[in-house]
Amino acid sequence: MPKLNLNRESMTKQDPKTRGKNFNEVALGYSAEQAKAEASRCIQCPKHSCMDGCPVEIDIPGFIKAVLDDNMPEAVRILKDKNSLPGICGRVCPQETQCEQACSLAKKGAPIAIGRLERYVADWERTNMGALNPRAEPPRPTGKQVAVVGSGPAGLVAAADLAKLGHSVTLFEALHVAGGVLMYGIPEFRLPKEIVQAEVAYVASLGVKIELNSVVGKVATLDELLENSCHALFLGTGAGAPMFMDIPGENLNGIYSANEFLTRVNLMKAYQFPEYDTPVFVGRRVAVIGGGNVAMDSARCALRLGADEVYIIYRRSEVEMPARREEVENAKEEGIQFKLLTNPKRYIGNESSWVVGMECYEMGLGDPDESGRRRPIAKEGSEFILDVDMVVAALGTRPNPLIAQTTSDLKTTKWGTVVADETIGKTMKDRVWAGGDIVTGAATVISAMGAARRAARDIDEYLRVIVE
Amino acid sequence: MVLFELRRWMKLFAMDADAVKKSTLFMLLVNWGGVHQMVRIISRETLGTKIHLFKLEAPAIARKALAGQFVVIRIDERGERIPLTLADWDGKEGSVTVVFMEVGATTFRLALLKAGDFIADFVGPLGVPSHIDKFGTVVCVAGGVGAAPITPIAKVLKEKGNKIISILGARSKDLLFWEDKLRSVSHRLIVTTDDGTYGRKGVVTGPLKELLESGEKVDRVIAIGPSIMMKFCALTTQPFGVKTIVSLNPIMVDGTGMCGCCRVSVGGVTKFSCVDGPDFDGHQVDWDLLLARQRIYLDEEKCSFEQWQARMGKRS
Ligand SMILES: Cc1cc2nc3c(=O)[nH]c(=O)nc-3n(C[C@H](O)[C@H](O)[C@H](O)COP(=O)(O)OP(=O)(O)OC[C@H]3O[C@@H](n4cnc5c(N)ncnc54)[C@H](O)[C@@H]3O)c2cc1C
Ligand code: SF4
Ligand code: FES
Repeated sequence: MPKLNLNRESMTKQDPKTRGKNFNEVALGYSAEQAKAEASRCIQCPKHSCMDGCPVEIDIPGFIKAVLDDNMPEAVRILKDKNSLPGICGRVCPQETQCEQACSLAKKGAPIAIGRLERYVADWERTNMGALNPRAEPPRPTGKQVAVVGSGPAGLVAAADLAKLGHSVTLFEALHVAGGVLMYGIPEFRLPKEIVQAEVAYVASLGVKIELNSVVGKVATLDELLENSCHALFLGTGAGAPMFMDIPGENLNGIYSANEFLTRVNLMKAYQFPEYDTPVFVGRRVAVIGGGNVAMDSARCALRLGADEVYIIYRRSEVEMPARREEVENAKEEGIQFKLLTNPKRYIGNESSWVVGMECYEMGLGDPDESGRRRPIAKEGSEFILDVDMVVAALGTRPNPLIAQTTSDLKTTKWGTVVADETIGKTMKDRVWAGGDIVTGAATVISAMGAARRAARDIDEYLRVIVE
Repeated sequence: MVLFELRRWMKLFAMDADAVKKSTLFMLLVNWGGVHQMVRIISRETLGTKIHLFKLEAPAIARKALAGQFVVIRIDERGERIPLTLADWDGKEGSVTVVFMEVGATTFRLALLKAGDFIADFVGPLGVPSHIDKFGTVVCVAGGVGAAPITPIAKVLKEKGNKIISILGARSKDLLFWEDKLRSVSHRLIVTTDDGTYGRKGVVTGPLKELLESGEKVDRVIAIGPSIMMKFCALTTQPFGVKTIVSLNPIMVDGTGMCGCCRVSVGGVTKFSCVDGPDFDGHQVDWDLLLARQRIYLDEEKCSFEQWQARMGKRS
């Protein structure tokens, strides 16, 4: 057996100082040599435990071998067999808790960089195959119509899978572009919008009709869609409604929800104001409340828009932070300051209602709570004041209640998520399936895609048996 | 075939460095591919100084619209999203009418469009429709462009059997419009101008207070107009204990409850105006908060407005 190579090939990144001032992608991807070097580290172990770590069971050793053999079209085929959006997943999946954690070499501290290789293959396809890629024979139309609501990763995957099976699919999206969180939430420097739009165009090329600017529940209710135009319906509306803490001063000027801040910056391109019309306010001393990916993205956007000091305010310690490891490291390199075990008590405003400070508690950690993480407890008398002139609240999101409110028999939980079968996504409502954040609450791109894929399979089975 | 071309072209443009050009071209291509449907302006009319009416082709919205709801529009790829309350709609014709005043970059740019032109995005009908019931006597107070959204509300309230007394106010005669329309859906109409160039001289709260004092039994007041006018209407009716509904107009982005930009405080509780409103109990609204939040982007709005004026000035 050849000696194990434990040198993970690093990926070139923009220098932290430079990238802190631009919105270009931070990580630059592998070169062909780097990709091959990394692929050659894979020992092709028969257990292929990495695959157990991937929520969509990509044949990981298979595609890595194809990279090593210089058979890129084959690598693309293997990836796309299980994952229709590899360019996105390679960039945003939390590999360190999924495939790479399960990799045999992880025990030796040097798992194969599966995410980077996945990204490399997807980028190769985009530059080399895009236009050449002749579309497979169009499937025979089944005459069955499906409505898909929401165009995030869940909706896109459900729509693509169903269209490939010959069903006629209409995708409804509330916003003016398709892509969901991938467009309005995750910033350009982590996931270029061009990649997302290439995927959307691909879905459209399969014959999916995309109806933008269509808020389901308003312009048409679920029941109206079911009555008029479809045999089955997939709900992938995500968890897009921001939560606040309900503490004094939270509505002061200069306090944003992460959704608003990121939407202004990413979707509306406020970073190019006044070239683009949408403005955004960025302070000099910015506090971002929260410890997830959303908080990291908000902090790094604020930095790029010219803030002098950006703080992450998180009520637990670093080990409990839900953000991806890599993005926490990136944020630190860029100069984001972490104020851990800290929680806001109230915000202080000036005479014209702008935030000028926040009073915080120091926190301690108690016994583990339901989530298994140690419960943060405010230390009485520990209050101190932090001078800030902008705050972004990245405190989590829950499903938008618009659809549930206008659909009588769609069962939801007390958190507003839709009740659906875990394996097939079937809801309690006739002919309606759901998947992604709308079912799980805010989770990950890959889990949304996996759920959509399973639901699409079940919808297809259902459509095949019904006769009109 | 078209879609093949689309993918090839997209790749070509992916190499273009100029972001603005790229995305505009991209949007064009996508429109061409049939993904993105633009909305056509059927006709337009100027109602007063810098006040315009646009009738747009939006059959799906026209079918579902109810009084008190609004739409969010975006002119083009560079545009911002702004809300406009519905002034009229016709389900048979498939049209929706909005009225706006030129106050900033977006409304300035909108006013430059002609019948037959297209805007990129038109989303609706959003918000909770106005509560319509048989209340008895309802006073409908409209200030400035508020005349447009209040007219359909007065109309359905009248059809429900309410007695409608309307008060229509503007700063000056050249800013008054729809006097006849509003009169036709009211039992009585009082017109005021701040400068006395038409109707009664003074602001709308004058006749409102007189009505309440006259012993006329008023069951409900609905006020739509600038925030400051709605605030004073609410203050006027408060001592009389008459329920007063206002239609709030905070800054919005999505209009679907996704961003929280539109949050207002009503009865001490934070509400999202776009999904919980826009109608709220005027006596419960924290007006100072609303007024402060409306001023967040004052400087940026000025900058954007001036830049567009300069750009368009150069062209014409
Ligand atoms: C800032 C940020 C960073 C993140 N980073 C990561 C990361 O690094 N890695 C990772 O794996 N995950 C990340 N996530 C989480 C991930 O993006 C989500 O889990 C995923 O997008 C969920 O997909 P979805 O399809 O269920 O919903 P969404 O992506 O939320 O899409 C839902 C879509 O439905 C539309 N919609 C909602 N209501 C309606 C309606 N009534 N009618 C029509 N359309 C409607 C919405 O406009 C939206 O476009 C991040 C999330 C955010 C906000
Ligand atoms: S999709 Fe995600 S979990 Fe699966 S192999 Fe790719 S990076 Fe790993
Ligand atoms: S405008 Fe975004 S939540 Fe109301």
